[in-house]
Amino acid sequence: MTAALIEVRGVTKAFGGVVANRDISLDVPEGRITGLIGPNGSGKTTLFNSIAGYHPIDAGSIRFEGREISRLPVQRIARRGLVRTFQQTRVYGRMSCMQNMRISIPHRKATWRDMVGRDDRAVFDKAERLLEFVGLYSKRRLPAGSLSFGQQKLLEFAMALMNEPRVLLLDEPTAGINPTLINGLIDRLRRANAELGITLFVIEHNMRVIMNMAEHLYCLAHGELLAEGPPERIKSDPRVVNAYLGTH
Amino acid sequence: MTSPYLKLALYGCLAAAGIAAPLVFPDYTFQLAMLWIMILFALTWDILGGQMGYNSLGNIFFFGAGMYICAIVQIGLYYDVAEYTAAFGAVQVDYTLREYLTGFGLGLAAAAFGCVALAFLFGRIVFGLRGPYFAIGTLGVALAAAELVGAWDYVGGGGGISLPVYPGEPETRSLLYYGLAFLAAAAVFGFLRWLYSTRFGLALNAIRDDEEKAEAMGIHTTRYKTVAWAVAAFFLGISGGIFGNMTGFIEPLEVAFPTVTFGIFMVLMVLLGGKGTLWGPVIGATLFHVIKEVTWTYLLGWQWITLGALIIVNVIFFQQGILGWARERWPERFGVHVDESLQAPRPEDAPGLTAQQPREQEAT
Repeated sequence: MTAALIEVRGVTKAFGGVVANRDISLDVPEGRITGLIGPNGSGKTTLFNSIAGYHPIDAGSIRFEGREISRLPVQRIARRGLVRTFQQTRVYGRMSCMQNMRISIPHRKATWRDMVGRDDRAVFDKAERLLEFVGLYSKRRLPAGSLSFGQQKLLEFAMALMNEPRVLLLDEPTAGINPTLINGLIDRLRRANAELGITLFVIEHNMRVIMNMAEHLYCLAHGELLAEGPPERIKSDPRVVNAYLGTH
Repeated sequence: MTSPYLKLALYGCLAAAGIAAPLVFPDYTFQLAMLWIMILFALTWDILGGQMGYNSLGNIFFFGAGMYICAIVQIGLYYDVAEYTAAFGAVQVDYTLREYLTGFGLGLAAAAFGCVALAFLFGRIVFGLRGPYFAIGTLGVALAAAELVGAWDYVGGGGGISLPVYPGEPETRSLLYYGLAFLAAAAVFGFLRWLYSTRFGLALNAIRDDEEKAEAMGIHTTRYKTVAWAVAAFFLGISGGIFGNMTGFIEPLEVAFPTVTFGIFMVLMVLLGGKGTLWGPVIGATLFHVIKEVTWTYLLGWQWITLGALIIVNVIFFQQGILGWARERWPERFGVHVDESLQAPRPEDAPGLTAQQPREQEAT
């Protein structure tokens, strides 16, 4: 359990003259919930995009399960079991919730023949259970695009679970969700971590949420790693407080 | 909600009508064969345009490519192609019925598989493009093909090729082409009906709704896109081979690569009937073909204006098409409804999420 599932070493990424990530190193240990915080524009989503393979990095290395992934395309990384959700939720809007779930099965070992495969009972059962888990079972036949923003977020989370990832990168899972729903979502994220053994790496702005959930936090500011440690220590770290509220 | 018997009866009636039509209306055999080809056009265009959300304006490329591949095989089997085309139909080549049918059959097979190969080849290039750029890129492929074939003397260049003449009775000739067009359209329908019921249909829809998400979930998007295009190419190639022989004379601009007529018609027929549905293209193509034939007969001189007006009304006021409109009007009939139950049925008293843990571990 001590081996890090994702190892980020000295990652630098610049867009033109703007250095979004500078020499960042961090570990996401297996089976845990790790948090990534930082003020707006501190480079959190850029780091996520680098890990998930959306753009090449300028320097450094990213390893997943001990293997270098920084040169692999998005789909290959996803098929290895590293799946991300989006800050702006992304679901297949015109397909029903059930169809959204069914196409989210793992594509790890998909062969050419599997392209015309049919889903067996187990896939339907699993999709239904997971929809029930996020409280969307009654809406399973509705088009995903007709759900509210919060419900779409829950659906996206259920789709990610359907994919049986080893690690799930969640980009602001609670943004735009009403407070009542947030508690339910935290509980579900925790259960996914505890019961399914899915490692979570979470970007979150809501301090109450992330302090409650994560066992270890990394804080970015201006594209650099500012601090790391358990939530209590991060909360009282003067550098982190300054980064959020400003020193002036 | 329709029972399987009702469906079976419906398909039976359609098949019977398809077989009986040319016997009841022998004067209209050519028009009826064209109807099946139009349905084939619409169905194959909808694979990409409707189900996958990639609006191709260049699908007609495969129609023309299939037509030329078929012609080259038909002639080349028994004659020197360059000599034959250079004579512009002046040489009389007499085929026996057996020779003719062998050439035609092999030609159609070559057209189908040749177009699949072309789809894989061009797929590598055009699938790097998205949205309007894809539409223009594919249109470019079709236009360029017409120009290139027009300058290629081996296949007769802009002068075209007069295809070998069917050696039998004229009536059997038109019935043969009618039968092939009917079979091709029916095969496309049956094949797509099966294909959309598999994971393939879901994957195409996922690419349509959000391709970036599909990539992030690990779906082999390039694989699905290329195969989808190859399926369309396969059947369009066959339709090209049939059409070429049906008209008897082929040339690049008006017959083989007619981007502004057939190339646009395929898009319009799908829009009229309803994108992304199985029956939409069939309904749209039938309606369009009937309107087109009626205006060409009774409103001669005004036919293009009528057609233009139809297109404008369709695109501005009726984008969702006939089936799309029906879907909005009666969503429950299409399976869209809220189920009051909050829990999934559990066969073996398993408590929610925990129940799947063994399967989960097995997979990782």
